[in-house]
Amino acid sequence: MNSLPIFKRLVEKPWIWSYVGMIVVWLATISYTGGKGGADVLTAALSFATFTVIVGIGQMFVITTGPGNVDLSIPATISFSGAVAMKIMDGSNSMLLIGLIVSLGCGLVVGVFNYMLIRVLRIPPIIATLSSSFLVLSTAIAYGRGLKIKPPGLLAEFATAQIYGVPILAIVVAGFAVVMGVVLNRTIYGRSVLAIGQNMRAAWLAGIKVEKIRFATYVLSAVLAALCGFVLAGFSGGASLNMGEEYLLGSIAVVVIGGTSVAGGKANVPGIWGAAMFMFLLVTMLNTFGASAGVRLILTGLIIVTVITIAGGDKPQR
Amino acid sequence: MIAYLTSPKALRAALPAVSFGIILLIIWFYSPFAVSYMGLNLMLQYAVPITLATIAQMFIITVNDLDLSIGSFVGLTACIGATLLADTPILGILALAACVAAYVAVGALIHWRNLPSIVVTLGMSFVWLGIAVLVLPTPGGTAPGWVKAIMGLKTPFVPFPIVAAAVIGIVVHFALMRSSYGVVLRGAGGNPKAIGRAGWSLLKTKMVMFGAAGFFGVLSGLALIGLTSAGDAHIADRYTLFTIAGVILGGGEFVGGRVSPIGAVLGALTLALTPQLMGFMKIPTDWQIGALGGILIIVLALRVLINRREA
Amino acid sequence: MERNIVSFERVAKHFGAVRALDGVDLNVKPGECLGLVGHNGAGKSTLMNVLAGTLTPDTGVIGIHGKDLKSSYGVPKANENGIRCVFQELSLCPNLTVAENARIFHPSLSGWGWKTKTGAMITEKLDEIFPGHGISSGDVVGDLKIGKRQMVEIARAFTLTDTPLHLVILDEPTSSLDAITARQLLEFVRKVVGDGLSCILISHVLGEVLEYSDRIVVMKDGLVVSERPAGDFDRNSLVAEMGNVIEMDEISEHQEREKLRGTTAVVVEVASGTQKLQAHQGEIIGLAGLAGHGQTGMLLGIYETAFGGKATGNVNGPVALVAGDRQTDGIFHLWSIAENIGVGSLSRMVRRGLIDPVAEAAIGETWQQRIKIKTPDMNNNILSLSGGNQQKALFARALASDAEIILMDDPMRGVDVGTKLEVYDLIRDEAEKGRTFLWYTTEMDELYNCDHTYVFRDGLIVADLSREELTEEKILHSSFKETA
Repeated sequence: MNSLPIFKRLVEKPWIWSYVGMIVVWLATISYTGGKGGADVLTAALSFATFTVIVGIGQMFVITTGPGNVDLSIPATISFSGAVAMKIMDGSNSMLLIGLIVSLGCGLVVGVFNYMLIRVLRIPPIIATLSSSFLVLSTAIAYGRGLKIKPPGLLAEFATAQIYGVPILAIVVAGFAVVMGVVLNRTIYGRSVLAIGQNMRAAWLAGIKVEKIRFATYVLSAVLAALCGFVLAGFSGGASLNMGEEYLLGSIAVVVIGGTSVAGGKANVPGIWGAAMFMFLLVTMLNTFGASAGVRLILTGLIIVTVITIAGGDKPQR
Repeated sequence: MIAYLTSPKALRAALPAVSFGIILLIIWFYSPFAVSYMGLNLMLQYAVPITLATIAQMFIITVNDLDLSIGSFVGLTACIGATLLADTPILGILALAACVAAYVAVGALIHWRNLPSIVVTLGMSFVWLGIAVLVLPTPGGTAPGWVKAIMGLKTPFVPFPIVAAAVIGIVVHFALMRSSYGVVLRGAGGNPKAIGRAGWSLLKTKMVMFGAAGFFGVLSGLALIGLTSAGDAHIADRYTLFTIAGVILGGGEFVGGRVSPIGAVLGALTLALTPQLMGFMKIPTDWQIGALGGILIIVLALRVLINRREA
Repeated sequence: MERNIVSFERVAKHFGAVRALDGVDLNVKPGECLGLVGHNGAGKSTLMNVLAGTLTPDTGVIGIHGKDLKSSYGVPKANENGIRCVFQELSLCPNLTVAENARIFHPSLSGWGWKTKTGAMITEKLDEIFPGHGISSGDVVGDLKIGKRQMVEIARAFTLTDTPLHLVILDEPTSSLDAITARQLLEFVRKVVGDGLSCILISHVLGEVLEYSDRIVVMKDGLVVSERPAGDFDRNSLVAEMGNVIEMDEISEHQEREKLRGTTAVVVEVASGTQKLQAHQGEIIGLAGLAGHGQTGMLLGIYETAFGGKATGNVNGPVALVAGDRQTDGIFHLWSIAENIGVGSLSRMVRRGLIDPVAEAAIGETWQQRIKIKTPDMNNNILSLSGGNQQKALFARALASDAEIILMDDPMRGVDVGTKLEVYDLIRDEAEKGRTFLWYTTEMDELYNCDHTYVFRDGLIVADLSREELTEEKILHSSFKETA
């Protein structure tokens, strides 16, 4: 009898569906292959999902601050930070720490710049982050011209290392996700983000420092994008200028599929992991079935539209 | 008179034309020959598809939405144009009509479920791209002859791209800014509640605007293959960003139904000239996109300054 | 006998427990100007929204031109029957021109030359009502000043195409007009009424209503309390009819405490016109007057000053605000009751860098007891509470915080009497302990809880009443202008 309430409580969690989707897709894949490669698929999924999770968390905080808030500069920041870090470290292990600091510094600059555009020039966040992404991407292209630098051996090793088939990086990022979950639910910052997302005016009238929180949120998103660029460059053996591209949709998709409300004020971290795994496993499944690139793209798009259609309509009651 | 010319309203309206003029002037300074019939024809070659796509984006922005899928949609229609339309015209026309109908449906869905347009259109951009890849897996195909013929027109005295842009601007201006239903469409962006209270259907305004955007997206795709003569699913990926920038350069605002078709056309022409300008100024091509961002920010900053003077 | 344009019988409309309309009869004859007066919350706006078709009543007969349209009545039916309304909040599209806004109203204006036709039509009407208005039909509405926008909206309501026009509702039409244009409008109203059109005139300027109406209907607490020819009223009798009968015995016990002003330090000081708002520590200061006459603006100014924004005066001490409009300014609809209370005291709940759930629950428990929030579980969603209890939670949020100055933005709107009395007691207690309250209220009986009252009109303080001087009569007289 005891299991029933637990089950019920699980069903009520908004993130549970991303995990259900993930398991279904994985089972479909291994049943097609007759159980072969099931573990390998999971290892690959964990490796690739890690990067989406890093940027997804930043995007989640931005989206949670309410309608109209979204960070479109994430892909450009990934490429920029990756390029700068690779060039500074120049393959040398001794420069690893400096490279990381500079890389995160790039994110900080982008985040501050984004917020300045939003606050000082009163540009809507979508357009502000879009405009700044143009500038950032160009900087990355100009700076990283002819980029063929290998990452420092230590970074590459760390980014690709595994224990019993579980990528080390995935473990670290899982730990980070737990921390961010606590930040979301148990700190003044997290509570403030949730309050602002529900009703910015009410949050201001309840004594929350709305503008400081928004500033911190845009900076957080950009710094996480920079971090993603750093480890992604290590993982894929060097930075490339379009390596951030797929994370524009990726970061938004995992937030939406993970059960965070695009209307703001409601967010959760576990769903981002589930959604990131689901997205990767879905593509793997379609590959296994022999679906063409076109079909894969169509299904990815349709799933996002379907999820938002079902989740949509939960506007604040008036 | 001077008071009117320096009024915020006049300044705002003049901004798109002035920025286009300045860019043209700088190009003339570097190379007077470029600002000739031949030169302009060459420099503005790709202005027509960009202008058409920008108008499509403007329709969406009029009703307070944003289309992040227009680039891949133009890519799709280009692929259909270079394959189906060339091989089996009837099927091609049906396919393109279905594309427009899909846009209408997206508009209806956004209104019905009150969805954030950026997430929906971002998802749809994958769908368009996926279909495009299915239709034309590798770059190729050929544009129908009549499309190529239209795009290759040699108009007397004024280069074809300028004539075409002017025609597009004027036609859309009359449809949206001067027609009696255009008023309702813009009102739906300005104060939807008032429009609803006066007895108009907001669902219909959204469907009409998305449909119009789809139609212009189709035209843009066809214009594009008329120039390149072959199709490619990724042919117009950058258009999404270009069109948003074009509408804003042209004096459009993101919310409130304040848009200008003539301004949007000028904005698109400005964007089409920017790479040429950078070429003349010997700025590395790496900075092309960056310049776009810079121009956007500067124009928006100017607008804030003008508005602040007004307040 | 001429048929009435409007004949409402026993029309009632409830919003939850609030009876906005409690069975109202209303008749409008052709060719008359009906004045409608009443205090805030008397039900005027609800009644007019029912008449305009934007609200559907719960019960009653909606007789229009002699037919009961109850079930099918709505905006289209109102238009069809020639009933138009100039709403208080502007319903123009700011991005369109004057002519284009007129076009929105008239679907029949289309085809070639519609713009010229519409422009001529609206200009002609503007000329007729407001000679020398200085508005061009090509002006974009967003660029016009508020007064001119109101002129456009009024003129638009009187334009004629193929739909009939029988009745125009003017809800506070002169609120943004200057004296001259207001007079132009009212003269125009008399003229069209003479031609057989009917008007309903709602205004807080009693002189206007007395002078320009044929008949006056007085509303109070969702009921029509008086209905007589305008000539039978004068200013004083009108004010007397509008007044509330206060159950003095219920609140008399709160009134014994008379405080000598100025014995404690001044904690808030803000200039307003020629007058000055002052609050001493431990005082309860009332902000009175009609709704929307600058009281909320005053409170927000003080709030912003306290949080280091634009300084509008002197504020000494931490501030918290209790919102009146719960949905837009107050509650966080996704959160539990305890979270909604705790959000005002986040920094005090932090233990070792994290919000301590035990501390949060404790604050919730304490205030559930102190303010008697009726719920089985403070972890339930805030929307599970009734309106009155939601309001209590907002009070708890402010009182649980470390604020010494509490601003109240008409928080008791639509709250039941029992809850009110409980909260009054609490406010008294907290004031005794040294907290200062600035209390904007539109309800007369609440002012009797205040040590000192400022009356607002048109954004400024117009009267400064000590506790002994306070009478309902004085408040009403200060709230309503003598003439336009």
